[in-house]
Amino acid sequence: MTAAAPLAIDVHGLNKSFAGRPVVQEFAIQVRRGQIYGFLGPNGSGKTTTIRMLCGLLTPDSGGGTCLGLDIRSDGAAIKRQVGYMTQKFSYYEDLSIRENLEFVARVYELRNWRGLVDQALERLGLTKRSRQLAGTLSGGWKQRLALAACILHEPKLLLLDEPTAGVDPKARRDFWDRIHELAAEGMTVLVSTHYMDEAERCHEIAYIAYGHLLTRGTVAEVIGRSGLFTWTATGEGVGPLARRLSGQPGIDMVAQFGTTLHISGTDRAALEGAVAAARAGTGFAWAETEPTLEDVFIHLMGQSKDNF
Amino acid sequence: MRLPNLRRCGAMIVKEFIQMRRDRLTFAMMIGVPIMQLIMFGFAINTDPKHLPTALHSADHSVFSRSLVQALENSGYFRITREVDDPKQLDWLLAIGEVQFAVTIPAGFGRDLQRGDHPLLLIEADATDPAATSNAIGALGQLNRTALNHDLTGPLAALKDPPPAFELRIHRRYNPEGITQYNIVPGLMGVILTMTGVMMTALAVTRERERGTMENLLAMPVKPGEVMLGKILPYIAVGYVQVLVVLLAARFLFGVPMIGSLWLLSGSVLLFIAANLAVGFTFSTIAMNQLQAMQMSFFFFLPSILLSGYMFPFRGMPDWAQAIGSVLPVTHFLRIVRGILLKGNGVHEVLPDLWPIALFLVLVTVIALKRYRQTLD
Ligand SMILES: Nc1ncnc2c1ncn2[C@@H]1O[C@H](COP(=O)(O)OP(=O)(O)OP(=O)(O)O)[C@@H](O)[C@H]1O
Ligand SMILES: [Mg+2]
Repeated sequence: MTAAAPLAIDVHGLNKSFAGRPVVQEFAIQVRRGQIYGFLGPNGSGKTTTIRMLCGLLTPDSGGGTCLGLDIRSDGAAIKRQVGYMTQKFSYYEDLSIRENLEFVARVYELRNWRGLVDQALERLGLTKRSRQLAGTLSGGWKQRLALAACILHEPKLLLLDEPTAGVDPKARRDFWDRIHELAAEGMTVLVSTHYMDEAERCHEIAYIAYGHLLTRGTVAEVIGRSGLFTWTATGEGVGPLARRLSGQPGIDMVAQFGTTLHISGTDRAALEGAVAAARAGTGFAWAETEPTLEDVFIHLMGQSKDNF
Repeated sequence: MRLPNLRRCGAMIVKEFIQMRRDRLTFAMMIGVPIMQLIMFGFAINTDPKHLPTALHSADHSVFSRSLVQALENSGYFRITREVDDPKQLDWLLAIGEVQFAVTIPAGFGRDLQRGDHPLLLIEADATDPAATSNAIGALGQLNRTALNHDLTGPLAALKDPPPAFELRIHRRYNPEGITQYNIVPGLMGVILTMTGVMMTALAVTRERERGTMENLLAMPVKPGEVMLGKILPYIAVGYVQVLVVLLAARFLFGVPMIGSLWLLSGSVLLFIAANLAVGFTFSTIAMNQLQAMQMSFFFFLPSILLSGYMFPFRGMPDWAQAIGSVLPVTHFLRIVRGILLKGNGVHEVLPDLWPIALFLVLVTVIALKRYRQTLD
């Protein structure tokens, strides 16, 4: 990794435990300015906790570093002014209207011309006509869109998005990502947590965290390449029974079905090939060795990390 | 600590006002509760009850017993509701609570009196509630001296009391007729402001935590002091509306005199409301949810109403209770309001009760700001 652009996030050795239970351990990450960084991991792996430490909402038990060149331990106030944080759970005021919410945010950040900015944001959202509607009466997806609009209102240098597209329809999701790429092109850094693989693939780099440990990071290709995972596919009508037969056999670590295609993966290439060779005989399916998908890699990582825990 | 930023404060205040306006029920409660309390306490409570039901058993039919009964009724405290022939019935009527007093005039009362035998007149009171009977009993003290003055003429004049060695003069100042409302209604102001003030702020901040909006608020560049001011100022306005309601009712419904300066009163009210709101804010930094905030508010409200001298005379309480009472802002506020309205007190007289409230406000604010977490830890 060449450090061409200065680092927007540079933290190391972050630890956080709740009631004696470690939730984030020895976490380190470097994100260059203008990058879109994906943050993935199973439920309860510590993504939200990490993001909260980055924007000063939680104090790390140990470790530290900088966000936008400011110390995350001592410069919380200055960081807050330059960071936009979209919480996982909708946390704007449900008893304020869409416009009132945006106006509140604009005024808290002391934006000049806040009326104009709010009008612009409403325009972009396509909510100008509904601006008087109470935020609480919006559908889930629209709440997410409102939240995004609100947290980029003050043009932050760093955007922390915690599962911003959960429950958002595909079209809106695409618009959302187009917008994020636009913002990144303008120089904004984005750290986004997600459970969607297609979103992970739209990030410049990703990090995978499980049970508080950072397991792997890099570009999608790097992560897949480094996984040490090999995958075969079997395609055809009625692959279901085959899946049950294959799972648990020596050499095969996991089997997953996608419609009429089966992904059969393992870490030992020779053993996997052996198992496949034994299984394919007499079946009418189309067999091929392919690249594992990101999802294969993540599920594999999840299975591994449990052993380490 | 740097001064709060006015624009951020303004944003908080506007938001709070909008939310308050949207929450119709709470808003109605803030105005409805004072009116309800005014009606309940103002019209219903009377610590000097008159015309109490009295049963009479008279075995004597002389002019003296008639004069006595007349004198009892004239005192204003007794109203003969039953006359019974059998003295046993008196016990029954007292026991079932139909009468508050039972008067027994024995046979031969008039004859014995004329003979100078000092006959006995028995008055039994249902004294389970001392407050209900004590004033009536007090009024009886004079009765045997004056009731028969008209009847003791001629040879009987010797039975009259000799004039006392010195004369006693009693001035009931500030409230000569002893009208309960004069005391209760101004006091209500303190009670209402305490109740709504503490609870509303405690809820307003806890609500942010409960609804998850706190996380967002903390991620934005608002400082604790700004949040606190933003939460408190709208409720100060509400407090003034409540004060206005009580004052109008006091003036036009209950005819409470207002001798002192209303400006001085307004100033004291400001200090007092701020003190209560600071308590509410502190509670909200401790409470995990709105239910806990409510419970803590009641925990504070109870001594405020019982130990402040609102319900019961302050000087009648034991020292430890007076000590607790003296810490509470409402205790001092009651003295201030009653002093300004009824006695016409000025700054000089009010000052000894103003500074304890100010001290309380400063201490509680420091605690609140120290406790307010800028993180989610
Ligand atoms: N305030 C807290 N007190 C105690 N435990 C907490 C607290 N916040 C988080 N945790 C615990 O820390 C762990 C990590 O939580 P976190 O919210 O960071 O996970 P996540 O990766 O964001 O999960 P998800 O994908 O479900 O959002 C969880 O086991 C959670 O129970
Ligand atoms: Mg999360």
